[in-house]
Formats: sequence, C-alpha cells, structure tokens
Amino acid sequence: MGPDVSMAVCCAFPVLVSLLLIRFAYVMYHSGHMPSKLSASAAGMRSLIVLGSGGHTAEMMNVVTTLQKDRFTPRYYVAALTDNMSLQKAQVYEQSLVRVEVDKEEGVENAQFVQIYRSREVGQSYITSIATTLLATSHAIWIIIRIRPQVVLGLGWSSIFYIESIARVKKLSLSGLLLYKLRIADQFFVQWPQLQQKYPRACYAGRLM
Amino acid sequence: MGDRERRTVFVTVGTTCFDALVKAVDSPQVKEALLEKGYTDLIIQMGRGTYVPSKVSGDGTLQVDYFTFSPSIADYIRDASLVISHAGSGSIFETLRHGKPLIVVVNEDLMDNHQSELAEELATRKHLFCASPQTLGETIQEMDIETLNPYVPGDAKPVVSLINKFFGFPDD
Repeated sequence: MGPDVSMAVCCAFPVLVSLLLIRFAYVMYHSGHMPSKLSASAAGMRSLIVLGSGGHTAEMMNVVTTLQKDRFTPRYYVAALTDNMSLQKAQVYEQSLVRVEVDKEEGVENAQFVQIYRSREVGQSYITSIATTLLATSHAIWIIIRIRPQVVLGLGWSSIFYIESIARVKKLSLSGLLLYKLRIADQFFVQWPQLQQKYPRACYAGRLM
Repeated sequence: MGDRERRTVFVTVGTTCFDALVKAVDSPQVKEALLEKGYTDLIIQMGRGTYVPSKVSGDGTLQVDYFTFSPSIADYIRDASLVISHAGSGSIFETLRHGKPLIVVVNEDLMDNHQSELAEELATRKHLFCASPQTLGETIQEMDIETLNPYVPGDAKPVVSLINKFFGFPDD
C-alpha cells in the first residue's frame, strides 16, 4: 500500500483515488491477515507526502517541519507536473536538514521528489477533466506501485492521514468528501470547528496556518 | 529623506489570471478612494492576466506601477501599507503573517468557488475585509483599519502529536 504513511492536503485527487484502489486491492488479497499498525520499525516509516499548489503546500510543510524526521523517513514528496513551486519548497527544506546533520552521509536520500499529472487545472472545463483525471489516476497508481512494489504483495499496512485544507470552511473538497464518506483515512483532520460539527468523525486540532 | 512618507498599496493575484481585479484597481473610482485614504503608491502584480494597467508617475497623484511575477512577493507585502489580494490561501496567510491590513477580492468567475469561504470566515473574525471587484471602491472608502484584529498563526503541533499517538510514539 504505498508508503507506510501518507499525508495529504486537498488538490491531490489522483493520488488519493489510487491509494483507495490499491488499498482496496490489498484488503481483498489479504483479508484476514491484517498486520499490526505498529509494524513500524526503528528505521522509520516510509512516508508519502502529497503537496497541493499554492497555500496547500505551505499548510503541509508546516506539518512536515513539525514531524519527527527520524520517525517519518524516507519521505517521498509528490506534486503536480505544472506546479513548479511546491517540490522546490520541499527540496529547500530537505536540504536545510542535510546541512544541519552534516556528519550523516545519507543526506537527501532520505527524501525523494516525484511529479504527477494533475486531474484538473484551475479553470479547466469539467468535460475535458474526465480524460485528464483518468490519465492522472493511472499515473498516480503507477507511481505508488513503483515507490513500494513489495507493498502490493503485502508487506506493510499503510496509514493514511488526510488534512482538509484551511480554505475549506463550510464544505469538504471532493477528495476530502471521498475519503470521509468511504472511511479511507485513519485520521481525518479539518481546520475549522464548524466543519468538524458537520462531519463528526473528523478531528479538529487547530489551524495549520 | 525629505520626500513625504510613501504609503504603498500592493495588489496581488498570485499565479492566477484575475483581470477583473486588475481592472478594478486601475479604475478612477478605486484610485481616488486610495488617494483619499492617504495612499501614495499602487503596485500591481498582475500574474497571468492580459489586462495591462497604465503606469502613472508624477506629483500629487497616485503612482501606479505593475509587474507580472516576482520571486520576492514577501518583500512587496512587507513594504506595503495595505494589501489587496485574490482569495488564494497562500497570499492571504502571507499577508496576515506580516500583520498588514488586507482586502481580499473574491474571483467570482472561478467554477468551483469555494475560495470565498475562507475570505468570508476571516472577514467575520475581523482579520481582513472582503470585497468583489464591483464593491472594491466602496470597501476602501468605508473601511476602518483600526477595527481589524491581529491574526494569531496556527500551530501544527496538535496534528503532529495526534499522528504520533496513532502510531504509539511517545509525545515530545
């Protein structure tokens, strides 16, 4: 199931749909043999970090900078092909970590950066977005399988954390709604109390920005 | 030194195309309203838009300048006395973090217009003013910057500690 930990702020539709599909396939294949969630080894948990565009990346990077880096490693950052800024921000951050830990040889190998197709650009029409969503989803599935091929064979059970963007005050995004309704995420965070009241299974733990 | 104090208004549309906002700030009504409020300079970051505002320089009038993109948007925000921004969360929080008065103009042409949610919520909490391209002039005339509440930035620690708890890691 992809990396051991996945975290996403919205605008990550293809990745989330693929996670859903692969997780479903995994459960079908291994039903009855669910490994413990605490299989996380001392070496750290492979983490897939899905970056959105613009403000969403800032939200996610606030989480990443607060995470214990030795626990959540290696980190795979995913962002859209047309998004030049997000991976750059993540790269700048990862390089700043390397500089702090000069004696450690592993360096940037702790972090990898992957680009994916977007399901829909801002302003793109809904009709053409059907085709681009299919393309983006297949590409995302391919990437998740490639990052962790053993997973599909069933080595580790992954945990999914979803953080709804701070821009969503009254309604969930499409990705958020899908993960919430289908109970895909292990923990589902929202950033406004009124949204938590509307979606009681969500968790409100303050704002990221 | 010697020149009277500059009070700059910075307009930003981020990476979007938002001609309606650029046109609105380039209109005589909005420029007059800004002059009346004591602003001296108007700098417009116009992004991918095609409407090009007119540059103005000279005495006794609002100085107008524009550019498309810049890697140092934060510097423009830091130097501004007022920021007029599109409703993108990046621009909004960047401005609030710098403690600058902010008018958010919602792009009503976007398809899935959830963007207004954030701006309206923060306007209700009096962290910023919210306007449309049509009401921008009025909003500037009627706004009282003194009524705005400073924004206390959020914190990722509670979310991260819940993620850690989920895995049974000790909290530290």
